[in-house]
Amino acid sequence: MIQVKNLHKGFNGQEVLKGIDYQFERGKTNLIIGQSGSGKSVFLKCMLGLFKPDQGAIEYDGKPYSNFSDEEQRELRTEIGMLFQGGALFDSMTVEENVMFPLRMFTNQKRGEMRDRVHEVLKRVNLEGNDTKMPSEISGGMQKRVAIARAIVNKPKYLFCDEPNSGLDPQTATIIDNLIQQLTHENEITTVVITHDMNSVLEIGERIAFLKDGLLAWKGTKEDIFHTQDKTVTDFVYSSNLFKKVREAQLKGH
Amino acid sequence: MTYLYSIGEYFIMLKGVFGRMTKGSVLRNLIFKEINELIMGSMGIVSFLSFFIGAVVAIQTALNLNNPLIPKSLVAFAARQSIILEFAPTFISIIMAGKVGSFITSSIGSMRVTEQIDALEVMGINSKNYLIFPKIMAMLTYPFVIAISMFLGIAGAYTAAVFGGFVTSDQFLTGLQDDFIGFHLVYAFIKTILFAFILATVPSYHGYFMKGGALEVGEASTTSFVWTSVVLIITNYVITQLLLS
Ligand SMILES: Nc1ncnc2c1ncn2[C@@H]1O[C@H](COP(=O)(O)OP(=O)(O)OP(=O)(O)O)[C@@H](O)[C@H]1O
Ligand SMILES: [Mg+2]
Repeated sequence: MIQVKNLHKGFNGQEVLKGIDYQFERGKTNLIIGQSGSGKSVFLKCMLGLFKPDQGAIEYDGKPYSNFSDEEQRELRTEIGMLFQGGALFDSMTVEENVMFPLRMFTNQKRGEMRDRVHEVLKRVNLEGNDTKMPSEISGGMQKRVAIARAIVNKPKYLFCDEPNSGLDPQTATIIDNLIQQLTHENEITTVVITHDMNSVLEIGERIAFLKDGLLAWKGTKEDIFHTQDKTVTDFVYSSNLFKKVREAQLKGH
Repeated sequence: MTYLYSIGEYFIMLKGVFGRMTKGSVLRNLIFKEINELIMGSMGIVSFLSFFIGAVVAIQTALNLNNPLIPKSLVAFAARQSIILEFAPTFISIIMAGKVGSFITSSIGSMRVTEQIDALEVMGINSKNYLIFPKIMAMLTYPFVIAISMFLGIAGAYTAAVFGGFVTSDQFLTGLQDDFIGFHLVYAFIKTILFAFILATVPSYHGYFMKGGALEVGEASTTSFVWTSVVLIITNYVITQLLLS
């Protein structure tokens, strides 16, 4: 569980986040949606400690993360897995070395043990037999899956994903969404996913926070979001033609 | 103003580099990898340049010594002095700023733009230490490169002077030992160590703090080369003023 209290963050006198209170729940996929420029990435980076909040607090299961020193934050970060938008795989390392990296850095396991765990997670993301390939030798979707494997290999308690399926075809996107959700449920992870993609909202939107103009404009579940009358939300959700049609069909059906 | 800001940022970066250390076994591997890439990878070009520059220095000196009162052995003396004092430590370091410096800037810079540095930080790793410290350690072996450069430079001078028919082998070897001042070598190696530190850290700074995308990585490498050279030349001036005059 991650608790965000009255979070403020600005750059050069311009406020991007204007006081956000929210709770990300354990064992659930918590989505953050909102328009481009609404501050989603800034929000995520504040939670990770890559930006220092101007005001407010962030607690990881009661631990006051945002007030920690850099060192204390580093300590807690070993329990965090992060999936970056571009994968952020280390391009000087093979697939296996990438996934093994957190284990090598933070555990004292023997090489054999680490290998076993790496193969276990690579199997989990359906990527067996690619151990010795370099990131540049595999496709974008495979890179994302390797990045997921790396994010979960050290059994994180918290998983953050910034637009996990941008730039992927719908089928691969769905596979990745479902993978994130299954992992979240299996391991009781507190998962935070930023997305633009309404398909993801439909697939895995167990809890949804809608950001607008630096404020939390709406929160609810994927069931709620298609029935809400809140105009700011419906404007956002039904901006795509596909969803407009779904909406029309829904309204006819009721 | 922005220069002052950059200088401040550079020193804060250095503090971070020597902050929390990466796990020892990992660090050791990284250092060996850097020695291989930065030092071993430069031996070829350094050897090649040193030999031929030594040769040219000897020929130029020989051609300019047409006064019969000046002993022929001066060719060796002059070549030795210019190679040990400047050509090996300074000239080769400028070449290294181009070779190793742009490599460091572009490799760290591309890690910045593809969020690999953020990935390290998010994992709880001190990315400055992880990326820059091994480079500084690897560059501690840089004096060996310069020692080899000195040796090959003088070998080049010998080859050109003797086989070019300017002096005899005996004359050259006599000149080589004329008025040898041990402190000149000390001075050259103090310089070299400082240059090694500059070659590792200034390009790292340009890569680490770069902003933008792939295009900017290229720009950053160029800027990095310019600034590394400037810092090398200024340091060279200051250290020479301090130690030799
Ligand atoms: N490092 C920074 N310095 C200054 N301003 C920033 C910085 N990072 C973000 N901003 C500003 O904060 C605002 C929100 O940016 P953010 O990246 O959080 O948007 P986003 O919701 O993630 O958008 P997208 O969906 O396009 O990724 C933008 O106006 C941006 O200019
Ligand atoms: Mg964003």
